Amino acid sequence: MALLEIANLTVDFATATGSLRAVDGIDLEIDEGEIVAIVGESGSGKSVGMLALMGLLPWTSTVSADRMFFDGQDLLRMNNRERRKIIGKDISMIFQEPMTSLNPCLTVGYQITEVLSHHFGGKRRNYNDRAIELLKQVGIAAAESRLNSYPHQLSGGMCQRVMIAMMIACQPKLLIADEPTTALDVTIQAQILDLLIELQKIHRMALILITHDMSVVAETAERVVVLYAGQQVEQQNVRELFNKPRHPYSEALLNALPERAQGNLLNAIPGVVPGQTDRPQGCLFSPRCSYVKEICIQESPIAKDEILCHFPLKPSKSNKSIAIDMGSQ
Amino acid sequence: MSNSSTSSRSALSQQWQEFWFYYSTNKTAVAGLIFLFAVVFMAIFADIISPHEPAEQYRQFAKLPPAWMDGGQMQFFLGTDYAGRDMWSRIIHGSRLSLIAGSIVVILSLSIGVLLGLISGYIGGWLEALIMRVMDTIMAVPGLLLALVLVAVLGPGLLNAMIAIAITYTPSFVRLTRASTLAEMNRDYVVASKMTGASPIRLMFVSILPNCMAPIIVQGTLSFSTAILDTAALGFLGMGAQAPTPEWGTLIAENRDLILNAPWTVTFPGIAILLAVLAINLVGDGLRDALDPKLKRS
Amino acid sequence: MLRFLINRLMLLVPVFFGVTLVSFGFIRVLPGDPVEVLAGERGVSAEKRVEILTNLGLDKPVWQQYLNYLNDVLHGDLGVSVKTNTPVLEEFFELFPATAELAICAIIFALIIGIPAGIIAALKRGTKIDQGIMGICLTGYSMPIFWWGLLLIILFSNTLNLTPVSGRLSFLFDIDPVTGFMLIDTLLSDEKGSFLNALHHLVLPMVVLGTIPLAVIARQTRSAMLEVLSEDYVRTARAKGLSTFRIVTIHALRNALITIVTVIGLQVATLLAGAILTETIFGWPGIGKWIIFSIFARDYYAVQGGLLLIAATIMIVNLIVDLLYGFINPRILHQKSK
Repeated sequence: MALLEIANLTVDFATATGSLRAVDGIDLEIDEGEIVAIVGESGSGKSVGMLALMGLLPWTSTVSADRMFFDGQDLLRMNNRERRKIIGKDISMIFQEPMTSLNPCLTVGYQITEVLSHHFGGKRRNYNDRAIELLKQVGIAAAESRLNSYPHQLSGGMCQRVMIAMMIACQPKLLIADEPTTALDVTIQAQILDLLIELQKIHRMALILITHDMSVVAETAERVVVLYAGQQVEQQNVRELFNKPRHPYSEALLNALPERAQGNLLNAIPGVVPGQTDRPQGCLFSPRCSYVKEICIQESPIAKDEILCHFPLKPSKSNKSIAIDMGSQ
Repeated sequence: MSNSSTSSRSALSQQWQEFWFYYSTNKTAVAGLIFLFAVVFMAIFADIISPHEPAEQYRQFAKLPPAWMDGGQMQFFLGTDYAGRDMWSRIIHGSRLSLIAGSIVVILSLSIGVLLGLISGYIGGWLEALIMRVMDTIMAVPGLLLALVLVAVLGPGLLNAMIAIAITYTPSFVRLTRASTLAEMNRDYVVASKMTGASPIRLMFVSILPNCMAPIIVQGTLSFSTAILDTAALGFLGMGAQAPTPEWGTLIAENRDLILNAPWTVTFPGIAILLAVLAINLVGDGLRDALDPKLKRS
Repeated sequence: MLRFLINRLMLLVPVFFGVTLVSFGFIRVLPGDPVEVLAGERGVSAEKRVEILTNLGLDKPVWQQYLNYLNDVLHGDLGVSVKTNTPVLEEFFELFPATAELAICAIIFALIIGIPAGIIAALKRGTKIDQGIMGICLTGYSMPIFWWGLLLIILFSNTLNLTPVSGRLSFLFDIDPVTGFMLIDTLLSDEKGSFLNALHHLVLPMVVLGTIPLAVIARQTRSAMLEVLSEDYVRTARAKGLSTFRIVTIHALRNALITIVTVIGLQVATLLAGAILTETIFGWPGIGKWIIFSIFARDYYAVQGGLLLIAATIMIVNLIVDLLYGFINPRILHQKSK
């Protein structure tokens, strides 16, 4: 049985101007120790889906799914108290803005020991040694003295390391990383990513990496889920996606990479992601798709083999570009 | 030329429509607005609406309870006071006074306050420091106390009460406008205007002021309601409108001895104050929610 | 931290002088003959006239009069009350504890009910509970408090006979005014039942005076909490699986407190203004009642002195609140002087 089973996850938000569907039918299954990347532009619903899993969405949201199971437990029908026993302990999430995601009024040590004492009982003091150990594990020097630091005394990269330490403290089975490196300097990005991979290997955690950066996907993930405007358009093995994307959007995304630029021009995708008011009647990507046909504008496609397209690209197509170096894969 | 004026007119009406769209989603704010209109209507047509003259004394009907209680009569719906005057008529006429008082206070404090705020924010330097210190001094004394002292100097009466209260409200407008002005001063469009040689007055009133209007409008509405409360307080203390003027606070004061025997003479004017102020506060809250882009619900 | 304090003090100095100008000027702006005005319209004997003239120094130029006045003030001489013939400063300090006790109890009442109410409203945002609490608050600060006081008197004292109508203590008790705070003095004395009696007298005025601060504090707490609850670090706390109670009290409240303390500071002036009305209604022998009676009695030295002292009190309390604010906000606390 898979560690995480999501089927047809849908999230709607109630707004002043009507209902907004942020996530429209996501399916995902993850086994222990797997690394999956969720890719999409802003507004694709990639974060919202995972926040729904954790129960962290605001009160204006409505979450529905055919199945939402973690480790055999039904997340959808769970009440708040039961869910709070799992999150932070068996499922954890780290966020995009590390500087604002730590409480400015509490020390680093407090925030780490707090999650330990909450899930395992006992006084926070008892976990000080464990906190120091965790800080060392995430690569923070002078860990003992850092326990008493406040977040505003730390750099962005260090804050993110603290957050990682905090969230793996209880040795979760699944770690969700929501754009963990987007807000950081490029040099730090690589370090944090390496750290995540290393920790994943050591603790045998499943890792869901949410990102808009395709190069990050190439370096880290085994499987990729591509989202567009809340819908899941493709799910593939990473190597296959880069070599032979089956959905026009995935192909366009890859073509837009700087490495695949032709001459001095980037291959930008024309148009914008549909919002609340301009959702096309048929396929959501149809206004921007270079392979668009009449039926695409009229009817919404149904997913075949994890591809949401009327005319999935043939595997033989789209080798007009340089394949990305997969590194250790 | 006519194109730009029609386009600016349609831009204005579009703004108005957008504003009304947001405002009308707030049902309590709309209810407050309706009630406010009712009070204004009551004030304007007081002479026609009220069943009796407010000053007319029906000695034989003195201290009559409201119509629904024992001994009450329909012709004196809310009862009568110690001199036999109809409470309902007096309250209706009182609305006129409260609305006028609120309006004058807001007009005075807003216009002087905004002007001073614009000047101090725009010109800066010692003038700004002087204006702000004066405002700090006014704010150091609690509003009611300062108003009382001012009325002691000027003499009791509704007009003097209004002037005194207006003075105590001016600092908030000055601060508000100054803060907005300072924020706007650094914006590119102001710098650009300056460079094209716009005069200070034009800059202040045409460029900067319209962008500060939202908080000023909200503060103005809330000051309106507080002005009615403060006018009533001064009236209650005997320093505002003098008896037999049917100002709501004065009504409560002159019937205070009847609190044991005829509590309705004290209760109803207070309810009138409460409802009027509540309506204005609801409108003010609705305005704030509709005008503040940050609060626009997503 | 020290810098912060000194900054605040520096700002107060010009304001203080401003207020002395106002209190100085106010007597000279009064219509009519200043001597008769100050003598209280009782007809002035020749000696009294000379005394007042020299006190006012009316023969000297105005700026010199002001300097003399300032000199007197800084030496603690605020004149003598025409009505009671006691020095104004002395009278003020005699009556101040009554107002202070009332104000402190009122603000405690406002905080104990207002903060939890605001928190609950924020947590239950959009529900009937939230609307109900906010509706009550709106009504609370839309009411004229002198009417509210009368209403409560009608209800609790006249109809239900539950509370006394006026004063701080039943005249049956005889208490030594050790601190001036009736609650403390009754505890210190050995008169049985006096403490409860004092409390009994305190309830209604405390509720009336505390109503507006309660409403404002509840509203501000709600909006501060809503803002904090939408912050990233609260989402992190939730992601750790912490209970709502813990998130509210430890993570959110500490940050929301910063806003709330500011609001409390703003309420001090409201409390003192409200005290004037509350003390008048409940016959509470504090400085509010004293100053309004002085205005009516044309006891202008008392008014002048009272004005200055009340303003000074507000400034001092605001300074203390600012200090508190500095302690709570870790950024100010840990500020290194450059």
